[in-house]
Amino acid sequence: MNKMTTLLKGIIKENPVLVLLLGTCPTLAVTSSLSSAVGMAAAAALVLICSNLVISLLRNIIPDKVRIPCYIVVIAGFVTVVEMAMHAFFPSLYDALGVFLSLIVVNCIILGRAEMFASKHKVFDSILDGLGMGIGFALALIAMALVREVFGAGTFFGMEIPVLKDFCIPILTTAPGGFFVFGILIALVNAILNATKKKPKAEFGCEGCPSASQCNKTSCDKEAE
Amino acid sequence: MEFFKTLVIIIMTSVLVNNYVLSRFLGVCPFLGVSKKVNQAAGMGFAVIFVMVLATLVTWPIQVFILDGKLFEAFGLSINLSYLQTIVFILVIAALVQLVEMFMKKSIPSLHASLGVYLPLITTNCAVLGVCKNVFSEGDLFASTGEFGFIYSLVYAFASGLGFLLAMVLFAGVRERIAASKPPKAFEGTPITLIAAAIVSLAFFGFGGIAQNLFA
Repeated sequence: MNKMTTLLKGIIKENPVLVLLLGTCPTLAVTSSLSSAVGMAAAAALVLICSNLVISLLRNIIPDKVRIPCYIVVIAGFVTVVEMAMHAFFPSLYDALGVFLSLIVVNCIILGRAEMFASKHKVFDSILDGLGMGIGFALALIAMALVREVFGAGTFFGMEIPVLKDFCIPILTTAPGGFFVFGILIALVNAILNATKKKPKAEFGCEGCPSASQCNKTSCDKEAE
Repeated sequence: MEFFKTLVIIIMTSVLVNNYVLSRFLGVCPFLGVSKKVNQAAGMGFAVIFVMVLATLVTWPIQVFILDGKLFEAFGLSINLSYLQTIVFILVIAALVQLVEMFMKKSIPSLHASLGVYLPLITTNCAVLGVCKNVFSEGDLFASTGEFGFIYSLVYAFASGLGFLLAMVLFAGVRERIAASKPPKAFEGTPITLIAAAIVSLAFFGFGGIAQNLFA
C-alpha cells in the first residue's frame, strides 16, 4: 500500500511538471512534436530512475556538505550514457532534441528528487519514486505535445490527420504557443484540484527549488521581502 | 569589416531573434521564479550575464584544447574526449560559481549584496550550460573554433545574457501589472503568468528574420 502511494503520487498528486512546476524548460521546448516529447520523457525517466538508484545506494557515504556536486556528477554520468546511446540508436531523435538532451543534467526534477527523496529513502522506494515521477513527467509532456502537434500541425506522430490538417493553428507549435498551452494546462489542473479540494496550488518559490538548501534560504528570504 | 558584421549579427540574433528565454526556452525557471519585481529581475539578469561570460571564458579553452585534443596533438597523441563535455562543463560551472561567490563575499561585499544572492541559483540554470554548449553546436551562426572564434564565443555569451536580462526586466514590468488584476480563479498565480509570458514571447516572435537581412 505504502509502496503504491510512493509510485502513484508522482503521477497526479505531486506531478513534477503540472503541480510542482519543475523542469519547465524541456516541457516547453520539446513538446512541439509528439515523437520528441516521448523521446525526451523516456530519456529523462531513465536518468531519473538510475540516478535515484545510485544516490539512494550512496546516501550514507556522500558527505552532507558536498552532496549537491556529488549528485550532479552521478546525474551527468547517466545523461552522458543516455546521450551516447541515443546518438547511436536514434540519430534523428538525437538531432531533434539537440542541446536539451544534455540539459537533462540541470533538470530540476532529477536534482530535486535526489535531494528530496533518494537521499533519505531506501533503494527500492527510490526506484519507485523515480518511476512514478518519470511517468508523471512523461504524461505532462505527452499532454502538451498532443495539443501542440494535433492542433498546431494537424499531425499525430508525423501522420497527417485529414480534416485538422486544413484547419491547423501553426502558432501553437512556436514559442509563444508553448507558453500559452502550458498556461492553459496548468489552469486546467488547478481547476480540477480546486474542484476536488485536494491541494492548494503551488507557486514558483523556494519549496520546489532544489538549490534552496545551497542558498541557505538567504536569497529566498530576501526575495520574499 | 567582416569581423564587426559578424559581431553585430551575433548580438542581434541572440538578444532579439533567438532570445534565450522567450524563443529557445532556456532558463525559464528563473524567468518565472525571480520576475516578481523589476529590481530583482535586473539583479538576476546581471548575475546571469556575468556567469555566462565567465563560464564561456573557461569552458571554451577546455573544450578546444583538452576535450578536442589540440593540446595532446602537440605531443603527437590523438585523444578525443569530447564525450565528456556535459560532465566537465557542469562541474566547471558549479565550481566556478562557488569560487566567484566566495571571492565576491570576501573582497567585494557591495557587489555580493546585489548579485551574490542569485549566484547559487545559477549553477543549475540551464541557460548557462546551454550557452557553453551552444557555442560549439551552432556552427552555422559563427565559426566558434576558427579565427576569432574565442571572441565570437564571448560576445555570443554576453549577448545571450543580455537577451535574458531584457526578457526578465520586460516581463517583471508586465507581472507588476498582473498583480493588480483579477483573473478567473483557475488562472490565478502561475497560469496567468504563463499566458502573459506567451504574449511577451509573441512580441519577440516579430523580430524573426531581421538578423539575416541586416546587411542585405
